[in-house]
Amino acid sequence: MSSDIYKDIILDYYRNPRNFGDLANADVRAKDSNPLCGDIIEMQLKINDGKIDDVRFKGKGCAISQASASMLTEVIKGKSLDDVKAMGKSNVLELMGIDPGPTRIKCALLGLKVVKLAVYGYLGQAITEEVKQLV
Amino acid sequence: MVEKLATINVPRIREDFPILKRRVNGKPLIYFDNAATSQKPIQVIETLDKYYREYNANIHRGIHKLAEEATIAHEEAREKIAKFINANRTEEIVFVRNATEAINLVAYAWGRANIKQGDKIVLTIMEHHSNIVPWQQLANEKGAKLEFIKIDEEGHLRQDEIHELIDERTKIVCITHASNVLGTINSIKEITRAAHRFGALVLVDAAQSVPHMRVDARDLDCDFMAFSGHKMMGPTGIGVLYGKSKHFENMPPFLCGGEMIKEVHTTGASWKDLPYKFEAGTPNIAGAIGLGVAVDYLRNVSMETVHDHEKQITGYALTRMTEIDGLVVYGPKEVTKRVGVISFNLGDIHAHDLASIMDEEGIAIRSGHHCAQPLMEFLNVPAMSRASFYIYNTNEEVDVFINALEKARKLFNP
Repeated sequence: MSSDIYKDIILDYYRNPRNFGDLANADVRAKDSNPLCGDIIEMQLKINDGKIDDVRFKGKGCAISQASASMLTEVIKGKSLDDVKAMGKSNVLELMGIDPGPTRIKCALLGLKVVKLAVYGYLGQAITEEVKQLV
Repeated sequence: MVEKLATINVPRIREDFPILKRRVNGKPLIYFDNAATSQKPIQVIETLDKYYREYNANIHRGIHKLAEEATIAHEEAREKIAKFINANRTEEIVFVRNATEAINLVAYAWGRANIKQGDKIVLTIMEHHSNIVPWQQLANEKGAKLEFIKIDEEGHLRQDEIHELIDERTKIVCITHASNVLGTINSIKEITRAAHRFGALVLVDAAQSVPHMRVDARDLDCDFMAFSGHKMMGPTGIGVLYGKSKHFENMPPFLCGGEMIKEVHTTGASWKDLPYKFEAGTPNIAGAIGLGVAVDYLRNVSMETVHDHEKQITGYALTRMTEIDGLVVYGPKEVTKRVGVISFNLGDIHAHDLASIMDEEGIAIRSGHHCAQPLMEFLNVPAMSRASFYIYNTNEEVDVFINALEKARKLFNP
């Protein structure tokens, strides 16, 4: 049973999402959806000293959106807010180890967009065009 | 014993569609997204090519050979379409871009002149967004009320609501002939009878019916009918609004400008006769001629044959889909009551994941809300996958599709 984008690791994160749920005393939360698929992702961040101390996500939607969000929570933990702001499409694709192609790329990038919305929101900074155009 | 044999020759028909020879992700293309748009036969493709190579010219006013040829071909296409849907007169056929534009034309030109505060516009819960949003805009503007006929568990319109909601305040009933999600074929004659009793008009969204079955506008007795060329083997960017001429005559124009005027002075203008009053600007000439050839193609196969073939393949697919654990099909169970559209969900696999897995197998299906969010809300389903068939699809393709569904099920639920 092989499938190009539904590798075992993607399906594993979809079925058993890491860092799923609510974060007690989160400093910031953000939520967004992908109108095409109806995917929804919410991110809750605990921030300390300019670094992401802890993170949880919640969501509903396709395997690509949920798995990518879950994988992302693992790598951003401990990262500085500047590092998160610098992350882009290539980081997510590398993390997932797949190229979902043009029709599904927005599913894959929803998690990153929501993390960035949370970080910009926490910093009180305006959302950049780059973030708006992720999904 | 004499047995009447079906005359359809699908392998021969497939030869006419060059795209069906394509491979997708290394697999032969299986095109099951016909409700979104159909593929085009070589006859239509060559018609477009020939028009641009040999007689491209602007129509109606040119006094030269090319303009004459283009005008004749354009108007012949109109005649073919009038005959195809059994319109009373050729001028009851107005060329537009697509069904959406056709519905907007009525909502703007007829609606703005005839809908007043407190009037009712009756729709059904299974309408495509294109047959909801123009009426919502009109109702908001005029202070009119929208009401939706709901459906029963099998996806048929509720009889009690048809007769309850259509009343003396109703000015127009806007209804799809065949649902692009459920596949349900609605009984339009029943609706026109109910509406006309109160003097209300009926607009039929025939985008999913005209390509797949014989549709007789006069027999249905509808006042307006909208459909798109690209879903019936024609090019994109050409569609049709049929309307009874008595309504068209009383309606102001929709778009104004060139082509649609009789005389223009600095103080005002007068309109051309039907149907040109509604066709402002240089039209999609090649598109109209191409649609005429698509109609020739369909008539040549015969709409009865098209419909029979689709009933057969839909029945086969529905039967085989019941073999798959956790697969839910929406819409009528009886194939005689539906067109070749099957919407479904497989367990808790998101429709977009399913469509991606199908794509890897070379199978094109659609997934999402199918531009019918009110219906999805009513059914409480966020998204569905949809397979939709046409004359060139085969049971063998359905078999490949079933295997792919089984593969998806195993992938997600090992």
